[in-house]
Amino acid sequence: MLDLSLTHRIGTFTLTAHLSIGPGVTAITGPSGAGKTTLLSLIAGLSRPSAGRIVLDGKVLVDTDSRTWLPPHRRHVGQVFQEARLFPHLNVRHNLLYGRLFGGRGRDGPTLDTIIDLLDIAPLLRRRPRDLSGGERQRVAIGRALLSNPALLLLDEPLSALDPARKAELLPYLQRLRDGTGLPILYVTHQREEVAALATAWLRVEQGVVTVDQ
Amino acid sequence: MGTFTAEEMTAIWLSVKVACWATAVSLGPGILVAWLLARRSFPGRILLDALVHLPLVLPPVVTGYLLLLLFGRKGPVGQVLAEFGIVFAFNWTGAVLACSVMAFPLLVRAIRLSMDAVDTRLEDAAAGLGAPPWAVFLTVTLPLSLPGILSGAILCFAKALGEFGATITFVAAIPGVTQTLPAAIYGLTQVPSGDAAALRLTLVAALIAIIAVTASELLARRVRRRVEGRDA
Repeated sequence: MLDLSLTHRIGTFTLTAHLSIGPGVTAITGPSGAGKTTLLSLIAGLSRPSAGRIVLDGKVLVDTDSRTWLPPHRRHVGQVFQEARLFPHLNVRHNLLYGRLFGGRGRDGPTLDTIIDLLDIAPLLRRRPRDLSGGERQRVAIGRALLSNPALLLLDEPLSALDPARKAELLPYLQRLRDGTGLPILYVTHQREEVAALATAWLRVEQGVVTVDQ
Repeated sequence: MGTFTAEEMTAIWLSVKVACWATAVSLGPGILVAWLLARRSFPGRILLDALVHLPLVLPPVVTGYLLLLLFGRKGPVGQVLAEFGIVFAFNWTGAVLACSVMAFPLLVRAIRLSMDAVDTRLEDAAAGLGAPPWAVFLTVTLPLSLPGILSGAILCFAKALGEFGATITFVAAIPGVTQTLPAAIYGLTQVPSGDAAALRLTLVAALIAIIAVTASELLARRVRRRVEGRDA
């Protein structure tokens, strides 16, 4: 469960958000430049809000009143980006296990085998990222994020770099992910249709204001 | 041409020894300084950048003289170190210090360039997976900039091998102690009968340089292929 209430100013742009995100896929749509990526970077800890607080599963990630600040590596927020950002010097297996090097939140996270089955990536394990297709890369990136045992998963336009056929190929995996784990997922996209089959809740960002979208 | 005299052999080995040590002791600080310049913003950053590059723009004689003033027997740093039995003045370790300082800007530049080329978004991704800053450095930044670190190290070795001005100013050219290859060649060109020997040593210097540069190129190519995952 993510609770967030903040305002953030960058130059003349102001982002305002008061929201709660539970299990399932919460879609955030809105035109580019509306503040979607800014919102994600605030949750991930890549930037600090001007004022406000973010609480994840009862743990305060940031609170400007009490000057609380958790750095990105202690937030347990998994992220998947438009470009997969896999580590080019590691093979798929070592990319997947990267988050495991740092403990995560105890040992009760998904196992490597579970993730390999969920995402059908067994044949890819020994390959390097540059030898994967775009869709395969995104599957590995999702697996890598899940194996770090996050309390929240941020998907930032995860299908945007893929052609329609690859998008369709990846969608069932995202559905499985939604139904198979109780993980809250925040899915950012500028195309409503893309996430229509996935979303269980909708948010809309327009000119820096986040509202619940019915 | 004839064979090498004992004195010539000594100069060759001394040069190789000094260049190896200079590379070995510069590498750690070089990586640290390059990382600070490439990734951190802190007060004095511009000053550090300027200080590192100083030996590149100062006349080598000036650098050598400054080292003599600081680390010489009567220098403020030299006196303190002498208490602990560390003496640079007129010692081969002084040649290592002079070569390290002279080669340092080249080392830092090469490493910094390759660190600048590492995508910081990969470092953000690593942090998002739970890696604390030191682990991000060790598992992402460092391996991905390895080609630059290698070529920087070889560049440092080659520069140290050829360093002349600062070394001879700081520790002179005592045969068998501080007389490196370039110093020996210079000495031989100053005596009427030294031509043949000077030419022999020149060939040796050229040979070592060619081997070092070729080896570094081959090694860097292999490492680059590994890092970018082309061997899979």
